[in-house]
Order: sequence, then C-alpha cells, then structure tokens
Amino acid sequence: MSQTTTSTMGRILGGSVGRNLGLVIALGLLVAVGAFTAGERFASIDNFLTIIRFASIIGVICIGMTFVITAGGIDLSVGSVMGLATVVASLASVQLAATQSSWLLMVLVALGVGVAAGFINGVVIAYGNVVAFMATLAMLVGARGLAELISGRRTQIVNNTGFLDFTRADIVGIPVLIWIFVLVAIGGWFLLNRTTFGRRTVAIGGNREASRLAGLKVKRHVVYLYVLSGLTSGIAAVMMLGRTTAGTSTHGTLYELDAIAAVVVGGTLLIGGRGTIVGTVLGVLIFSTLTNVFTQNNLDTSVQNVAKGIIIVVAVLLQQRFAKSGGRSS
Amino acid sequence: MIKVDHTVSLLNVRGISKSFAGVQALRGVDLDVRPGEVHCVLGQNGAGKSTLIKTLSGVHQPDAGEIVWMGETVTIPNPEAALDLGIATMYQELDVVDGLTVAENIFLGHEHATGGVLHVSRANRLARELMARLGHGDIPPGTEVGQLSAANKQIVSMARALSRDIRLIIMDEPSAVLDSEEVKNLFRVVRELTAQNIAVVYISHRLEEIRQIGDRISVIKDGRSTASSLPVADTPTKELIRLMTGRDVANVFPPPAPKDPDAPVVLDVLGLGLKGHFRDVSFSVRAGEIVGLAGLVGSGRSEILETIYGARKATSGRVSMAGVRLAPGSVRAAVNTGMGLSPEERKSQGLLLDEPVYKNITLSTFSRFARGGFLSEKGERAAAVSQIEALQMRPDDPDRSARTLSGGNQQKILLARWLVHGTRLLLLDEPTRGVDVGARAEIYGLIRRLAAAGTAIVVVSSEIEEVLGLSDRVLVIGDGEVLATEAAADIDEHGVLDLVMKGSAA
Repeated sequence: MSQTTTSTMGRILGGSVGRNLGLVIALGLLVAVGAFTAGERFASIDNFLTIIRFASIIGVICIGMTFVITAGGIDLSVGSVMGLATVVASLASVQLAATQSSWLLMVLVALGVGVAAGFINGVVIAYGNVVAFMATLAMLVGARGLAELISGRRTQIVNNTGFLDFTRADIVGIPVLIWIFVLVAIGGWFLLNRTTFGRRTVAIGGNREASRLAGLKVKRHVVYLYVLSGLTSGIAAVMMLGRTTAGTSTHGTLYELDAIAAVVVGGTLLIGGRGTIVGTVLGVLIFSTLTNVFTQNNLDTSVQNVAKGIIIVVAVLLQQRFAKSGGRSS
Repeated sequence: MIKVDHTVSLLNVRGISKSFAGVQALRGVDLDVRPGEVHCVLGQNGAGKSTLIKTLSGVHQPDAGEIVWMGETVTIPNPEAALDLGIATMYQELDVVDGLTVAENIFLGHEHATGGVLHVSRANRLARELMARLGHGDIPPGTEVGQLSAANKQIVSMARALSRDIRLIIMDEPSAVLDSEEVKNLFRVVRELTAQNIAVVYISHRLEEIRQIGDRISVIKDGRSTASSLPVADTPTKELIRLMTGRDVANVFPPPAPKDPDAPVVLDVLGLGLKGHFRDVSFSVRAGEIVGLAGLVGSGRSEILETIYGARKATSGRVSMAGVRLAPGSVRAAVNTGMGLSPEERKSQGLLLDEPVYKNITLSTFSRFARGGFLSEKGERAAAVSQIEALQMRPDDPDRSARTLSGGNQQKILLARWLVHGTRLLLLDEPTRGVDVGARAEIYGLIRRLAAAGTAIVVVSSEIEEVLGLSDRVLVIGDGEVLATEAAADIDEHGVLDLVMKGSAA
C-alpha cells in the first residue's frame, strides 16, 4: 500500500536519524562558509573551542528546556532565573561565607536559587492550573525585578579565588565550562532516553490525559520538570559567574528566546511528545557557529539576527512537514 | 394534523454509499422527503446517521448513489452549495459563534454590507423579523449569543437557515440538549416551519418524540436503509425497535462461563454520586463477574466509570476495592489496588499515538521493569510481545507506532496494558467503538476469558445489545440514576429501552 511506503519514508526522513542528519549538514555548511570567508581565523582549534564555550552556557539551559518542551510545557523564566542566581550567589555576604568555608557554597546557592524558582513555577503550573506560558512569564518579570532589588542594579564582582580557579580552569586543554556542558548534555540524554523520568516526560507530552488515566503522577512530574529547568538555569549561573567574574541582574536577558529557538530547531516538538537532546546540542552549536561566522567577518549583529530569524522559520516549517508525514495530527 | 400532502418529492436520495479509509459508513441508504413534512430518521449510534447528514449538507461526497433535489439530479460539492440549493443543517454541536450577536450570527457569511461596511440596523431589523417568525421576537437581535440558553441558540441557528431561501432543514438530535419544556417549544417551531411548507429531516433516537412530531420515518442500521417512509401513525414501536437493532447476535457473544456465587467481592460501590452527573449509585462486582451499565448517551454511565476510577472526584459515596476504601479522585490509588480503565476515547484518553506499541502497553508498568530508575526496554518489550501474541494483535510488531493500528488492535493495546499490570478489576468504556465486526467477536471472547480467569469487569456501551450480550448482570442507567438492576438473561433490549424512556419521560 502506498500509505505504508510514505509512512516508512516519513519515518526515515522524519525520524531522529534524518533530522539530526539535517542538522549536521546545516552545521557543516556553516563551518564551510566560515572557513571560506574567514579562513584561518575561523578554522582553528582555538576558535572552535571559543564557539563551543560560547554555546555552553545557553546549552546547559537548553537541556532543561528540552525536557520542559518535550512534556508540552514552556519555561520563559530561564534567563532571568539565571540572572537572579548570579546576583544571589555573588552577594558580598555569600562570598564572605564562601571564603570562610568553601567556594562550593557559591555553587550551592546558585543551584538553590534555580531550584527554588523552578519549584515555584512547577507548583503554580501543576497545582494552580496556570498556563505555563503565563506562569513562567510572571517568573521572568518577577525574578528580574528581584535581582535588581537585591543588587541595587550594581554589578557584583566575584573575588573568591577558589571559585574562579575552578570555573576558569582547563582540564586536558579544554575549558571547564565546556566540560560542564558536555556532562549536563550526556546526563540529560540518559535521563531522557534511558530512565523512567524520561519516559514519563515523553508520555505526558504525548498525551497528558492518557498518562493520567494510566496512573502516572502527572502533576508531581510537571513540578519536577520545572525544578530541572531551574536547576540547569542555576548551573548556567555558576558558569556565567565564572566566565564574566561578575553577578548582575542583566545576565541572561533574552536567553529564553535563544533557548526555545535552539531546542525547537533541534527537533523537539513544541507541542510536546518528542524530544531530542542530540538535536538540542546541534541546535545550540548551529546558533553559536552562526554568531561566530558573522563576528569573524565583522558583520553587524542586526544582520545576524535576520539570519537567525530565517533559520528559525525554516526549521519550524520543516518540523510541520515532519508532523504531517509522521502522521501527528491534532 | 393539517399537512400539505404533496406527492412530489422535495428530496429523493437513492442508494447512497460512502466509505472512509476502508470503513463502509453508508452502504445503500434511501430517503424520500416531501415538502412541508417532518421526516424522521431513526438509527442507533454508529448506524450512519451523521454520515448521511453530512452527505446531504455537502460535507462529504457520496461514493455511489443519487441525490435528486426538486426533480433534478444534483451534486453537493460543499456546504455553501447545499445552502444555495435550499438545504440547511442544524448540527448537534451548534455552529453559532458565542462572541457575536444574534443578528451577526444569523447573517454570518452573507452579511448585508456596502463596500464592506455593515448595515447594522437593517440586519437587526431583519433578524428581529426572523426571530419573530420562529416565535421568539422577544430575544433582542443585539444580544450576544453566548448568553443564550442552548434552546435559544438552536432558534438562532434556525433563523440563520431561514435567512436564506431554505426549503429543507436537517436537525441532528435537536432535543438532546433540551429539557422537556424546551422540547415542546422546539416542536412548536418545527410546526411553524412546516406550515410555511419547509420540510424538516428530524434525526433522533427518542421514539416518543418521533411519535409526537413526525409524519414519516426512515430507519437505518449499519449504514443501510432497513425501512423507508413508514407512516408514523401506523408503525408500532416494537417494529421500529426491531428495524433499528435487527438483533442477530447470538453467535457473536460466546456463552458465559459458569459463575461462582461465592466468589469474593472485588469492587463495592456505595451511594456514589457526582454532582450534575449522577447520584446514589450502589453495586458490587465479584471476581469473574461481568457487570454492564446500559443507558443512552448522556445518562451518566461513562461518568460513573470515571468516578469509580478516580479520574473524577466523587461528591458523595464511596468506592472500595477488596474491602479497602479508595481515596476519591485518585487514579493512582485505584491503579495501585488493581483497577484498570480502558477509556471511552481511545485516542485522546488512552494512547500515545506516535509512540511504539510496546511503550503504550507498558505505560502503566514501565517503572516496574526499570532498575534504579533506569528503563529496561528489553523487559518491557518481552512483556509486550507476550501480550501481543496472547491477544493475537495484528501486526505483531512491537515497534510500530500505535497510530498505524486498526481500532480493534488499538483496543487490544489498552487491554494488554492492564493485563501486564495484573488488574483485578477492569473498567471498559465502549470497548468496541470503531472496531469492525470481526474484531468485535474477538474482543468479546477476550473479555469473557479474562472474566473466566477471575477478573471482575464493568462494561459500558451505548450499544445495548453489547451490554446485554456480554454481561452477567445489567444496571440500567437513565438521567444519572440506576433505574433497575437485572440479570442479563432476564431483560432484553426492549425492556432496557422501555425503562430508559420511562425514566427520561418522567
């Protein structure tokens, strides 16, 4: 039957292999363009590490975002929660306490802020029945305001040497920031594909009512998902503090949009039910490579934004086509 | 009754057939409607009434057959063409826009305007006239439709039909959403329409209404006309029920296994109620027993199942499993004590359509196969494959997406899910909806085997013959109340319908 062949074709082209292949090709093309236009400046190990390091902070946020979107949700608060976490973790009092004990205290504070914000998001969404878009939009605004209040809109310099030594170090020639991203991505892949947590996430995104009637604890899981997203925002805050050596309420502005774009371009369905960590990583790398190519060629960021916009639209168009051939309707 | 007895047909439909993706919805339906008559179309759920309506209103194109309208053979390519011919349709889900006013709704799609500027006052005046023609001049044309009752929304929908030059109005179960006073008013409006020589095709399965309003009746069953244009006055109710149900089901249902009257009680429901849906439902089910809930759509039968399961939170009464009282509103508690639900809407409530069959089967149990939170796809797959074999699912590939399976096999996924889980009580809501006849017999056999193995089962179905054929005991439900509890052998379909109609007439 012709239906069978099209659905088989659709499965191959629309499956994870095909989609990731498309992303790899897109990334390859970008690299080729970069090498062609900027030559050595672009095509060097150092520059590649720069690209990945640049991708690592938003990349960590994207891993958490992938889970939330796979389950059919959205988290608009990731950027401002990260900003808030950098502010709280770099407060003079926290840094003083860290100097007296361990620099790990700053890490714990940043993660704690992220988890707490995510917990609030999750509870409001799951038990308050507030649409995720609105609940996390409120958190976006609220966390940013809180960060401004706490910091008095001043930039707080990080001077804890232990913290800076760790976050700015290289391990076997590769920056710690990249290692963190790699570890979070691998952990995320395992969590999504190999654990009951991941299965619940996909099931809830695929059919929330069926999951509920099958006996899954849907509401509780939704809380966990936003906590996870908050946690990755906290990790990103640690990385940001290390990279910039400063905490400020403006860190992470508009990161939510970059993160959603990278996740969706990577092939995670915005309506939920299908998520891919590999795709998300590729999506992040595509955007950071794009930025790098434009910077190396001294092109305006406005031009860059136009290119980003086009990529997003094309990716979503492809996704809709996939949705049709894959037979996902309503 | 004063009727214009035209002998010339307004609409004459001959041998209409229609299939969807291999499912034959209509296989030869005839319908003959005269000007100014009320022609009732009778049939059970799934008989093909909706498809017939949609064919006449231009939503579907027939595969075969002929539609003759005022003496000419016509094709109706789209709903607009139907309206142009003079055929309007009033669907059950009323197609009025809540946010617009009465007048705006009436002239939706054919607004009076000059260069895009609406003539609001003229529209309001015409709307008032139309509403008055329907006996509802009291509803101001500027009222937002969202504020009207369902009955008045119907009037607006009819006024919209009248705003065009309409000769036939098809009404799809118009009384389903009305109370008895509103039904009287609806009938008055219908008589006013016919007095203006407009014909009405009235779809319903409420026999007593048809007696009141109908001139002639056509009956369809399984997509076929079993009777055409019978005069209402001369056709006994028994004959209509026979035509509607046609009852030759003896061989479809396997013989029931002998019951152990001392089997332990698995489910005990006491005084269960859900405000606005049903009240004071009490019954118990023993291991190996099949209890059926019979009743019409909207009688509350599905809500009863969902409340027992905890998917809805009971407002009164209690549910116990093997003597242990369950927390109301907790699916988790129900599942943990060995309850499983196969929901009414398989696709939207039961399946992850794009996930493979095996993951659907283990949706309730995957964490049981996992070790330390890590999934064992191997273990899941093995459990799924053994169910796929036991239930003879086709195709037997555990990695196919659930979407690609037939209705019968999708139903088996849900049964398999609870078999893997090891349930003591299965709640089955419409277990054969959208399942073809052959697969039905298989599913019936399966349900019987489960019961024979000691599973307690509660079945809900809108097909009364299915409930009677499967169950050991039947609860007849009408308007949210248990009207009677009978051994399935002691009651037949007529008996159930009798009880239900008495109940709803009261």
